[in-house]
Amino acid sequence: MRTDECLAALAEHRTAEVVIASMTSAVRWPAYSDHPRDLIYVPSTMGGAPSLGLGLALARPDLRVVVLNGDGSMLMSLGSLVTIGEQAPPNLVLVVFDNGMYAVTGGQPTPGAGQVDFASMALAARWPITHRFSQLGEWAEALPGLLRAEGPAFVQLTVEPEPTSITAPPVPMSERLTKLLAALD
Amino acid sequence: MPTIDLAGIAAQLQACGITHMVWIPDSEMGGLEAHLDPSIRLVRACREGEAIAIAAGLMLGGARPAVVIQCTGFFEAGDAFRNVAKDLGLPLFLLIGHRNRTAFLEGRSKDSAAKHLQAVLGAWELEYIALEPGGDPAVIGELYARSQGSGSAAAVIVAE
Repeated sequence: MRTDECLAALAEHRTAEVVIASMTSAVRWPAYSDHPRDLIYVPSTMGGAPSLGLGLALARPDLRVVVLNGDGSMLMSLGSLVTIGEQAPPNLVLVVFDNGMYAVTGGQPTPGAGQVDFASMALAARWPITHRFSQLGEWAEALPGLLRAEGPAFVQLTVEPEPTSITAPPVPMSERLTKLLAALD
Repeated sequence: MPTIDLAGIAAQLQACGITHMVWIPDSEMGGLEAHLDPSIRLVRACREGEAIAIAAGLMLGGARPAVVIQCTGFFEAGDAFRNVAKDLGLPLFLLIGHRNRTAFLEGRSKDSAAKHLQAVLGAWELEYIALEPGGDPAVIGELYARSQGSGSAAAVIVAE
């Protein structure tokens, strides 16, 4: 399945959730959503999106937070799986798009490309909900339940490798944050 | 020999209205947890950059976090700090253990971690103050108020 197809399915089911999109997802997500609760996390610190989402989920248990991450980013912060497993925010969903490459730098393979079972890592870190999907239909079918589940919930999506280029959105980060914060009230 | 007043630091965090302490313990401030008021939620991170990103999310959600780490971890967390303080423009507040600060200042240590911290903080244009052994932890509250008022990141470096 393709990253775009997965994002389109998410957009179809998403309602009021905060969506934090990083790396490849940050480039593609605006094609499917212009929701005030979107945070296009560019520029970012690579690997930081799950932790950013954890903080927001802890501070605002009344919100649901969905973090879109890449496999290269996840590899940079595997410890965050343990931190999130311990804090166990029920309102957090972390989706890892596993394309086995650093898509925004030219498509170089990530360490262990295609062989890393992130979902099992999350399970070992005591996440109560973990999934690994490689078929679009499975992902689309699971989405309604995942977005309402008592998490934290972890999803690994095995997607086709597609290099992309990353550019910051035309709207400055300060304006994007102002818009997001207004939408959280 | 004067020591760092951990109970005083904990009291300052409470007085500042800190809601979450995101930390990785170091040798000097490791005992801080025992003094922490139960109203402050402890978030144990695995790596310092992670701690800073967690604090950013907490701030976006309206919480008032403090990040407590050692200088060695601050060095590691440079990109996370850059992103949160510079890109996102959030008033990140840190307590940074300054390894071997006292011994270095007295010429008894050549620890590179002690030597380079303040230069690194300066390079980041990060406002900071030092809390020396026997020093008054009230400087924490004063700097926190200034940081939140100006919307800028700030750090207290705590001598080890």
